[in-house]
Amino acid sequence: MKTEEMKQVFARPQALNPVQTHFCPGCQHGVIHRLVAQAMDAFDIQGQTIGVASVGCSVFLYGYFGIDVIEAPHGRAPAVATGAKRVHPRRPVFTYQGDGDLAAIGTSEILHTANRGEPITVIFVNNTTYGMTGGQMAPTTLPSQKTSTSPYGRDESKDGYPIKMTEILAGLEGTAYAARVAVDTPQRVIQAGKAIKKAFQTQVEDNRFAFVEVLSTCPTNWGMNPLEANARVAEEMIPYFPLGVFKDVSA
Amino acid sequence: MTKRLFVKGNEAVAMGALEAGCRYYFGYPITPQSDIPEYISREMPALGGEFIQAESEIASINMLLGASACGARAMTSSSSPGISLKQEGISYMAGSECPGLIVNISRSGPGLGGIDASQADYFQATKGGGHGGYHIIVLAPASVQEMYDLTMHAFDLSDRYRVPAMILADAVIGQMKEALDPHPYKAPADLPPKDWALTGSGTREVNKVVKSLYLGVGELEQHNLKLHRKYAQMQEQEVRCEGYELEDAQLVVTAYGSTARIAHTAVRIARREGYKVGLLRPITLFPFPKQAYRDHTANGQKVLCVELNTGQMVDDVRLAVPQAEVDFYGRAPGAGSLPTPEEIFAQIRLHCEVH
Repeated sequence: MKTEEMKQVFARPQALNPVQTHFCPGCQHGVIHRLVAQAMDAFDIQGQTIGVASVGCSVFLYGYFGIDVIEAPHGRAPAVATGAKRVHPRRPVFTYQGDGDLAAIGTSEILHTANRGEPITVIFVNNTTYGMTGGQMAPTTLPSQKTSTSPYGRDESKDGYPIKMTEILAGLEGTAYAARVAVDTPQRVIQAGKAIKKAFQTQVEDNRFAFVEVLSTCPTNWGMNPLEANARVAEEMIPYFPLGVFKDVSA
Repeated sequence: MTKRLFVKGNEAVAMGALEAGCRYYFGYPITPQSDIPEYISREMPALGGEFIQAESEIASINMLLGASACGARAMTSSSSPGISLKQEGISYMAGSECPGLIVNISRSGPGLGGIDASQADYFQATKGGGHGGYHIIVLAPASVQEMYDLTMHAFDLSDRYRVPAMILADAVIGQMKEALDPHPYKAPADLPPKDWALTGSGTREVNKVVKSLYLGVGELEQHNLKLHRKYAQMQEQEVRCEGYELEDAQLVVTAYGSTARIAHTAVRIARREGYKVGLLRPITLFPFPKQAYRDHTANGQKVLCVELNTGQMVDDVRLAVPQAEVDFYGRAPGAGSLPTPEEIFAQIRLHCEVH
């Protein structure tokens, strides 16, 4: 095929910096970063957006996105984002948080930020473990799942149950959009991209709070290779954390 | 804004903040400071600013961090137990060089303690109450007028150095009513532009980041040294204190805030009785007025440090003048423990007559 007949069908999103990430092989933060960047490109808001990084593997997002970024204390990203959004009400503001950050230490902040209907977008990456600190039990760790602090497996009678944040937040009046997606198959990546785009649209066009939970892998701390880890998403995570749009006030 | 008013200290803080251009307030109710959010929630809508009653002290301080990172003049207020909750956020603000005002109308502790006046948060305020070895600017008003004036000044200092600032007062100064001349705010000419603040205009080439994480070899050490150079600069340029009857004083009473008001009366009584005693009142607790103590003890004067706690600022006095004889008189905070002028005068007499 001659060069002039070729057309570009795939490229790095504009909002993503041309750098290598530090993520482990098989980790899906990179895919999720791309989807967030694509959503920014879709609304042409790279030069307006303020990102709030949280504590965990995703803290370095200021190196990967070509946007202004505040680094929040552990769990507090929604409160930091609230302060930023009140100062710049017409700037898109998003947080990017892991399960320990959002669903354990930061439960109060995410719940009340959603309840205020703060017009921000929250990307919640659930990989059922604390990645950066070395694979401890998370609020989303599945029943019987072994981690470095649940070496005999999560015992619901003592450790409680994996928490379903999307369902909880969908129940709040302030939430306009809440969805759970996965990125373990090409089809689901496309669906996840649509949900993340919708979550930015909810903020940019409707000035309302939107939340997307993305089921993700942590091969290193799960003790799996990338393919095994990817397979676990469908085999173990999706049955407990069902995918879908749990709330969409625009629908 | 020129009519003399009769208001509470807490209201004076709120008025001073709004006059200084603060348009973002984040807080949570706690006695004895709730007059501040109440006043601001009432006045802020007309000024076009934002008032958020947050779900917690932790959320409030992080909202302040977010607003500050975006370049806004912003504040929070609380009282001792709530200030403890804010320490994580204050440490992050210090580390990421976010200016902003934190008001502590402190109350007695530890724990839930009581709602009475207390000066037991001096260590927490001046030594860096959170983790990591930082300092914040700490100002100690002793009157309703100073609650207004120093609130404005705190914003200016905080913006000048990109260091969080605290107003440290207590239930006495916050709840008492006095005359206030609410003069207009004038921004100092030397305030630097906030060109570091986030505006949401990042590109691949240039993006602004407000952060406290430095992992590279040597990076964090350099960052910490930079912070400590600013503290040293403040020590040179921003110290404030007030002297009363110090010229021929042989005993220097020293106290700040509410206790300084009581000590002032005690010194007046002592002067009337013929004792050569004066009062040295620190206005900035950090930076601490070390030189003033050196100046006023250069000829062998003794110091009597009076606090509404079991001895905190006295440590800084002793470090400032290791050669001087420094004694302490204090009461552990709690209902009924506020010393009277006569009580402090009795201490003055004791110290003057011992030798």
